[in-house]
Amino acid sequence: MPDVLPHANPAGELVLALRGISKNFGAVSALTHIDLDVHAGEVVALVGDNGAGKSTLVKVLAGVHQPSSGTIEFAGKPVKLTSPSTALDLGIATVFQDLALCENLDVVANIFLGREKDPMRLDEVGMEIRAWQLLNELSARIPSVREPVASLSGGQRQTVAIARSLLLEPKVILLDEPTAALGVAQTAEVLDLIERVRERGLGVVMISHNMEDVRAVADRIVVLRLGRNNGVFTPDSTNQDLVSAITGASDNSVSRRAGRRAASTPAQENHP
Amino acid sequence: MNDKAETMPGGKALLDRQDERVKHEEGFAGSVKAFWSQVRSGDLGSLPVVVGLVIIWTVFQLLNPVFLSSNNLANLLFDSSTIGVISLGIVCVLMVAQIDLSVGSVSGLASAITGVLWVESGWPVWLAILAALAVGTLIGALYALLFNSLGMPSFVSTLAGLLAFLGAQLYLLGSNGSINLPYDSPLVSFGQLLTMPDWVSYGLAALAGIGLFVTGYRTAARRREAGLSAESLASLLAKAVVVIAAVEFVVFYLNQSRGVPWLFGLFIALVLAMNYALQRTKWGRSMRAVGGNPEAARRAGIPVKRIYLSAFMLCSTLAALGGILGAARLASASQQAGTGDVNLNAIAAAVIGGTSLFGGRGNAYSALLGIIVIESIASGLTLLNLSSSLRYMITGAVLAIAVIVDSLSRRSRVSHGRA
Ligand SMILES: Nc1ncnc2c1ncn2[C@@H]1O[C@H](COP(=O)(O)OP(=O)(O)OP(=O)(O)O)[C@@H](O)[C@H]1O
Ligand SMILES: [Mg+2]
Repeated sequence: MPDVLPHANPAGELVLALRGISKNFGAVSALTHIDLDVHAGEVVALVGDNGAGKSTLVKVLAGVHQPSSGTIEFAGKPVKLTSPSTALDLGIATVFQDLALCENLDVVANIFLGREKDPMRLDEVGMEIRAWQLLNELSARIPSVREPVASLSGGQRQTVAIARSLLLEPKVILLDEPTAALGVAQTAEVLDLIERVRERGLGVVMISHNMEDVRAVADRIVVLRLGRNNGVFTPDSTNQDLVSAITGASDNSVSRRAGRRAASTPAQENHP
Repeated sequence: MNDKAETMPGGKALLDRQDERVKHEEGFAGSVKAFWSQVRSGDLGSLPVVVGLVIIWTVFQLLNPVFLSSNNLANLLFDSSTIGVISLGIVCVLMVAQIDLSVGSVSGLASAITGVLWVESGWPVWLAILAALAVGTLIGALYALLFNSLGMPSFVSTLAGLLAFLGAQLYLLGSNGSINLPYDSPLVSFGQLLTMPDWVSYGLAALAGIGLFVTGYRTAARRREAGLSAESLASLLAKAVVVIAAVEFVVFYLNQSRGVPWLFGLFIALVLAMNYALQRTKWGRSMRAVGGNPEAARRAGIPVKRIYLSAFMLCSTLAALGGILGAARLASASQQAGTGDVNLNAIAAAVIGGTSLFGGRGNAYSALLGIIVIESIASGLTLLNLSSSLRYMITGAVLAIAVIVDSLSRRSRVSHGRA
């Protein structure tokens, strides 16, 4: 998607507001005083180096981890996300980095896990149809939805995890590296999907290491570094600024590499 | 979301048949081929048990022609039912990747409670049974509490329970050591004598096949309507006919002597109910999910602790029920009830029948198949007048083989990507 989207801030209402969130794992402070706002109809990209605390933040929002301190407001009201089911019930759907699928169950069972139709008499046909619809929307290449998830490739599993997050009709979607394992067409499909979801007025938090993807869809880019907020950027801020915010220095391995490459092949420097 | 996928223009492939990489075997020969490739990838299902059962029956029949007599088989069904019920509970805890090593003691305790309350204290029999079942349920709740709140592995807590509840059983029975249950009571005749009238057993056998056909037909119709691939009418009919013929033959053979025990009927009813609960309810789906990946289940919003609680409570309750039925079968509540090989037979039956020790995989029928294998061996060896020392060794070997098959097929599933 090469087109430059007008990232006019949709200025929807504030759905999710984090204030001073900290999370300690024993002696490790994974998160320190994190603030984060997510509006309806807005895509917030969360970037940072490995171990910056992105996944930990997502898990706090998904109710998997409890924050050591800080407050979370959802739709204006303070909430305590004590378990994954409270987050799900509020309308916060998550695609985890480690996907969290049950390998022994088939694709349909995984997509509907915990939200099966007709608890006393599972509607297998209905669930299978809905599963195919969701997967087709994502241009999934999945041979059969009745095979155990263990038989799927990494990207297919990621698609299943994304399909699962869409099932609920959530208000906020948290995507932890949703495109890391995806092919070209599937990545484009997921980015399209993120835009469609934004148009429907959902808040989206996307984690990615791919700056191109981030610039393509994000309305705001929030940088985490060593578990702390390290700046908020717009998609048209320079690569230089972003990289130095992420790595914490203007003189870093990324800019040095770029400099070396520019010096050795000056002819190719001026491509877009 | 856009609904481009919802409309299906005519001539387009079925919703689940759009990927050209997948081979879909059609027709009868296709089903056989698909089954074979499934077996080769380690998804063995009940195949090893069925093969094992055929071998066991052939060998014992050659050694002693009484083995396959109608009368002996009816006895075998009586014996299978009591421990089979216990084994059904084991299927539940194995499904969530836990174990209960105390089912023998709990069954013995339940039989003692029934005996003491009914015969010695004069309670109505149904109340005594209910009390024994309630104690079983409480024991399961206790294990779940220890597991959920203290993180005590079920292996350890139930091992402690094995001793503690054996102690409780001995304490209840006191110095006499056993209580005889009245021979003419309905409970004892249910456990020893009562069999179905011929027309009932033939009728139920036919009902099984018809039920199979009707549910299969309805599902196929709904799938076809929704644009999904569906099983053909011929294949559904063939299956139903095979099931009816096979079950009617068994019933006919049993009706040549004593007939089909009501006790066995109760066991089958419990197996069918458990199978439905595990396959077709949200609870069963959650059980499998928790057994396969508890963290993923938790993140999907499943109340994991409550699922463990239900599994342990069901297991102990069924163990208690098995103990009561066992007491009825022997017309006594004794110190020996639930000791010896009861524990291991119940666990072995579930594993032999194909429920994985590694969790998340298995079904209720494994209790039925497994207990018939175990009781066949026991009955065959008894007919050969072999001592119990040899019986223990052989049953132990069969259990070892079953666990080896389980481990090997798990490894094969992993390497074929079907874990
Ligand atoms: N369960 C845990 N127990 C202890 N420490 C943890 C745990 N989870 C995360 N951490 C620590 O918290 C820090 C942040 O981890 P996190 O997974 O949030 O990083 P990330 O930003 O998602 O990195 P990546 O880009 O590699 O996915 C790391 O130092 C990690 O070691
Ligand atoms: Mg991460």
